[in-house]
Amino acid sequence: MKSWREPGFVLPLLIALVWGLWILGFHQDTMREKAFTLMMFVGLASSLNILLGYTGYVSFGHIVFFGLGGYTGFYFLSEQGWPLVTSALMGGLLSSIIAGLVGLAVLRLRGAYFALATIGINEAARAFVSNFTPFGGATGMSLNFSVYQKYGGAAKALWTTFTYLWITVLIILVISYLVKRSRFGLGLLAIREDEDAAMVLGVKAPHVKTMAYIISAFFPGVIGTLYFFKNGNIEPGDAFQLHMSIEMLVMVMLGGQGTVFGPMLGAVTYQGLRGYLVTSPLFKNLHLAVAGLILLLIILFVPTGAVGWLRQRFPKLRRLLE
Amino acid sequence: MQILPSLIDGLLIGFVYGVAAMGLTLIWGVMSVINLSHGPVMALGMFGTYLCFMKLGVNPYLALPVVAVLGLLVGLFIYVTAVHRVITAPHLSSLLSTFAVNMIIIGIGTAVFSTSPHNVDFSMGSLQIGPITMPGTRLMAAFAAVLFTAALYVFLYFTRPGKAIRAVANNRVAAELMGIPSAQVLALSFGLGTMLAAVSGGLIATFFPFTILSGGPYELKSFVICVLGGLGNPLGALVGGLLLGGLEGLIPTFLPVSWVPVVEFGLFILVLLFRPSGLFGAK
Repeated sequence: MKSWREPGFVLPLLIALVWGLWILGFHQDTMREKAFTLMMFVGLASSLNILLGYTGYVSFGHIVFFGLGGYTGFYFLSEQGWPLVTSALMGGLLSSIIAGLVGLAVLRLRGAYFALATIGINEAARAFVSNFTPFGGATGMSLNFSVYQKYGGAAKALWTTFTYLWITVLIILVISYLVKRSRFGLGLLAIREDEDAAMVLGVKAPHVKTMAYIISAFFPGVIGTLYFFKNGNIEPGDAFQLHMSIEMLVMVMLGGQGTVFGPMLGAVTYQGLRGYLVTSPLFKNLHLAVAGLILLLIILFVPTGAVGWLRQRFPKLRRLLE
Repeated sequence: MQILPSLIDGLLIGFVYGVAAMGLTLIWGVMSVINLSHGPVMALGMFGTYLCFMKLGVNPYLALPVVAVLGLLVGLFIYVTAVHRVITAPHLSSLLSTFAVNMIIIGIGTAVFSTSPHNVDFSMGSLQIGPITMPGTRLMAAFAAVLFTAALYVFLYFTRPGKAIRAVANNRVAAELMGIPSAQVLALSFGLGTMLAAVSGGLIATFFPFTILSGGPYELKSFVICVLGGLGNPLGALVGGLLLGGLEGLIPTFLPVSWVPVVEFGLFILVLLFRPSGLFGAK
């Protein structure tokens, strides 16, 4: 495959590869915890980008797939005793199936109507799961500690989870590049520019959009399972946080929507910034307001995000930053 | 029978929901912006009433005009600083810029008021008609809501700036060609929208305890109501508000309370899918 030699493809993958190896090499628990959160958001933002960045459809409640996938995976882990890998795949699969079913209907809506519908789906899912007894209702489920024995004790299980997350993120980066470069991806980009014109030129818009939605729902499901396995319990309030959903959007925006490297850069920058604001004595009380102000300035003045801005400003970087 | 009292209780709150949703739908109808700072502005309205009542001893209903004017000014300020630049950009930009405003308001509000619950300790007795008891504050809130709706109607249909707003909502380019200064009109509509949010917040404060984060759930309810009544249709928003309030009153009489949001958001998605122009809108 030719793409293995393209710098725009190799750069993000290489960074993620070295990053994971670095953490695994040093083998420190605090470093791993920090990297876990960061990588989780890199994965979530990158998978949201497949829908948002490529097709321009704003999924405001994308976290619903993280929650539903997490719940499904967790159910198989704790109630059925399945191994982590198959449970995570089940979580992803269910998210994809739901995205496929919902997407066929919801993706007919355009622009703000679609955004509103996704908020509604997230809230409906949260309210439903809170009443759904097999998933533990409003109190959620927690993992029996003995489950961790299968993975050689809790400490080792956490490292295993991290490794799986790392592999998932690598796969997401590969897929988001392959999608962008494929005929399918070109169809998505055409929809983003002008859906009606794309349809006239032969892009099967409903089909292609739903496919993008399915792909971008799969990985949040997998990541959800891994995250809640690490946490040991799951509750509706944690699983369907609308706030987190909007943070994912912010990360994609910050790094540059529609690029492979952008969501990764955005996720790391946003988390780093938030970490700094929450702990700094000067901004501690106002961290939300300062983060909001920075977000506002970026949207008003750098709407293409960091990667988009760099590509516009320095055309030579275009090969490097895909 | 429990049904009638719960229904009336729900409907009275529904009027207030309707006012909040009207603000959201007005902004959407005029400039196609979903205002994600709606909830925090409602919370500001709650705190406005709280401060007037607790610190200055002003009757909450007399404080309402003050809250309304402040709401209008806040809206104008938000429009000029955050919304005007992205008004022609893709939807994501205006969604995120109003969300940034949301974060700023909540951030500052948390620092000033903390997130502990506040409460306007104000009672007006209650009205007893047969088996039905209606708390005075809720009756007054419904009355004020109707008053504000009527005022909005008169403003939009019988005054020059109101007619300009409707013209811009109808077709911005054509309105500009007729000499209507669209930037000012857009700013005014945004201000009116947030004014309605602040007023509804001020009314809610008289019967429920609240924090700076309380606007969130009401904002979500406003989305549901706007879609039920048809996005961009102020009268539909009021009817949608009554519908939602009525549902909230009725559902708990035959299902556990926790099912209320399932029904609400289920209905929301169904209406979006099958009647995107609202229950009462043209197909």
